[in-house]
Amino acid sequence: MYLSTLTRPALGRRGGPVAANVVALGAVSLVTDVSAEMVTAILPLYLVVGLQFSPAAYGAIDGLYTGATALLRLAGGYAADLAGRRKPVAALGYGMSAAAKLGLLAAAGSAAGIGLAITADRAGKGLRTAPRDAMITLSTPPERLGRAFGVHRAMDAAGAFAGPLAALAVLAAVPGSYDSVIMASFCVALLGVVILLLFVRDSPGPRPPREALRWRALLDGPGGRRLAPASCLLGLATIGDGFTYLLLQQRTHLAVGWFPLLAVATSGVYLLLAAPLGVLADRIGRLPVLLGGYLTLTATYLLLGEAPGGLWLVVAVTVLHGTFYAATDGGLMALAGPLLPSGLRTTGIALVQSGQALAYLLSSVLFGVAWQTWGTRPALLAAAVTSLAALAGTAVLLRPAKEVTA
Amino acid sequence: MNLRSRIVVLAASIVLLAAMAVAYTVFRGAEPTPAAGAATGRPLQLLTNGRLSYTSGTGARKVTSVQCDRAYAAAGTVACLRPVGALSAGALVVMDSGLHERRRVPLTGFPNRLRVSASGRMVAWTLFIDGHTYATTGFSTRAGILDTRTGQLVDSLEGFTVIKDGTPYRNKDANFWGITFAADDNRFYATLSTGGRRYLVQGDLAARTVRTLAPGVECPSLSPDGRRLAFKSAVGGDPKRGWRVSVLDLATLRTTPLAETRSVDDQPVWLDGHTIAYALQLSDGTNQTWTVPADGSGKPRLLLSNANSVSPAP
Repeated sequence: MYLSTLTRPALGRRGGPVAANVVALGAVSLVTDVSAEMVTAILPLYLVVGLQFSPAAYGAIDGLYTGATALLRLAGGYAADLAGRRKPVAALGYGMSAAAKLGLLAAAGSAAGIGLAITADRAGKGLRTAPRDAMITLSTPPERLGRAFGVHRAMDAAGAFAGPLAALAVLAAVPGSYDSVIMASFCVALLGVVILLLFVRDSPGPRPPREALRWRALLDGPGGRRLAPASCLLGLATIGDGFTYLLLQQRTHLAVGWFPLLAVATSGVYLLLAAPLGVLADRIGRLPVLLGGYLTLTATYLLLGEAPGGLWLVVAVTVLHGTFYAATDGGLMALAGPLLPSGLRTTGIALVQSGQALAYLLSSVLFGVAWQTWGTRPALLAAAVTSLAALAGTAVLLRPAKEVTA
Repeated sequence: MNLRSRIVVLAASIVLLAAMAVAYTVFRGAEPTPAAGAATGRPLQLLTNGRLSYTSGTGARKVTSVQCDRAYAAAGTVACLRPVGALSAGALVVMDSGLHERRRVPLTGFPNRLRVSASGRMVAWTLFIDGHTYATTGFSTRAGILDTRTGQLVDSLEGFTVIKDGTPYRNKDANFWGITFAADDNRFYATLSTGGRRYLVQGDLAARTVRTLAPGVECPSLSPDGRRLAFKSAVGGDPKRGWRVSVLDLATLRTTPLAETRSVDDQPVWLDGHTIAYALQLSDGTNQTWTVPADGSGKPRLLLSNANSVSPAP
C-alpha cells in the first residue's frame, strides 16, 4: 500500500528499484538544498564583507550553530518516535528553514537578526535530518540501504551543486540584489515543503510497543554501545569544510570569492560518486567503504599540510573532499539503520548524528587552537594522526556489526 | 489525494512560487533604494547601498549601476574598490569622470579605506586581509598605492623602511592603514600599528620610508591647505570603547576634538577648508553621512541619509 516503486530500474545491475519514497525524499532534499545553498553561497560574503566577520570566525560560528542544534535534533527524533510519525517533525524542520529565509530578509543587516535567522535555519536542519533518514531506512530493505542512501545523497548533492549556480544566475540577472537571491531561496524552500507534504509517505508499520521506546533499549543495544561512540570518533576526525577551504585558499592564494565554487565542485564530485559508492557499499560491505572515505580525509589533511601549492592542489583537495562525502555521509546512516530498533530509529539516528556533530564541533575548535598555537602544518599533521586513530577505533567498534546485519 | 491531483497541486505551487520570486525581484529587488532627497549645497559623489551616486547639491540623487564597496573622487579620477563577487576577486577600479574604466588592479581582501590625492594622480587604499586574521591576535590590514600617471603599484606599505622615534625599526606585526596624500603626490600620512600601539606616520613614497609622528592617530585625512589632519582616535586608547574625531595641527601638533561625540569609525573627508564629513553606521546596517565644523565648534549635522564614501564630485 505504501511502498509504491518506480518502474525505472535504478542504478546497479542487480537488485530492484529504489523505493518511490526514497526518491520523493531525495526530491525534497534536492529542492531544499538548492534553496539552502543559494543563501550559503552569498551569506559568507554578506557576513564577511557586510559585517566584517573574519572567515575563520564565520567557520567557528557555523560550527557553533551546528553543535547547538544537536539537542534539538535529539528532542525532535524522540518526539517522532514517541508519536510514531516522522513526517510532521520533518515538515516542521523544513518549514522552519524556509521561514528562516524570510527572517534573513526581515533582519535587514542587523547582526542579531541575522544570527537568529541562521539559528532557526540550522535548527530546522537539525530537526529534519534524523526523521528523513529514518524514513529512508524504513522504506528500504536492509541489504539495499547503501544504494538507497547513495541515490538520496546524490539528489541532495545535485541540489547543493545547483544552488550556488542558481544564486549566481539571479545575481547575473539583477546585479547586487542579494535580497532577490534570498527571496528566490525562500520560494524554492517552500516548494520543498510542498513536495514533502504531497509525495512523501511516512513509513508505515504497526506502532511499536511502548517498551521499545525506552532509552535503555537504545543505549544498551548496538546503537548506544558501538554506533554512538564510533560516530563521535568519526566526528573527531573531521575539521570542517570552512577550515578546509580556508587552508586551501591560503595555500593557493585563491580569491575568497571562489569559496562558493569550491563548494560547488565538491558537490559535483559528491553527486557523481554517491550512488556508485552506495552500491559498492552494499556489495563489499559498508564499513570498508566508510573507512576508505575517511582515509581520503586523512589524505586531504596531509596534502594541505605537505604538498606544494598550485592549481592541482585545488583540484586534488576538491576531488578528495567530494569523495569523502560520497563515501561517508549516507554510508554511516546505511550502516546505522539496521542496528537501531525500528521503534527508536529516529532517536537512534539523531543520537548518531548528534554525537558526530558535537565531536565535530570539538575537533574544529581544537583545530582552530592548534592552528593558532602551532601553525598550519603541525595542526594538519595532528589532524591527520587524530583521524587515523579515530579510524582505528571505529574499525574496532564497528567490526562485529557485520554479523548483526547479516 | 490521488497522484494526478497531487501533481496538479505541485504544478500550481511551482507556478505560484516562481511568480512570487519574480514579482519580488521586479518590484523590489531590482530597484535601488530610493535616495533621500537632501540639499547639500555642493556636488558630491557618494555610495547609495554600494552603488556609485551623485548629487548636484539640490537634493536629487542620481544612482548609477556601478558597484563599489568604497569610492572616492578627485580632479577627474574616480576610484572604486569593487566588492568581492561570487566569482570574482575584489579589485581597485580607476575610472575617469565619465566612469570609463582606465585601470584595474585585482586585490584580495575586504575594502576598508580609499583615497585619491587632490591632483587625481595617486590612489591609496586599505584592505582587511582575511586568513591572517586567525593566526594573529588582532586583525590584519594591507595598504597600497597606485600612481595613475606612471602606473607604478605599491602593493603594500609593509615593504617600506620604518623610522620609529628617530631610529630604524623592524617588526613583522606592522600593519598600515588609512593613507592620505599631500599636494606634492609624494609625501603621505597613514596609520602604523605595531607592538599593540598605533601611530601617525609621515611617509615618503619615492624614498620608500615612513617615520612616526604621534601616537594614537588613526585614519588621517589631510586638509585642503595641507596644514591639518582630521583623524579618529580610540577613546582612552582602547578601540573597544569607540573612536572620536579630532583635528591635528601639523605645525604645533595640537589636537582639537570636534563636536561629534558619537563613535566614528571612518576616515574623515574635508568637504572644504572648515567642514569635515564622516559616515556613521546605524544599528540597522544603513549608513548616514554627517558633517561637523573642523574647528571644534558647532554641532554635527546630517548631510545625507543612506550614503557613505562621500567625496567632492570629480
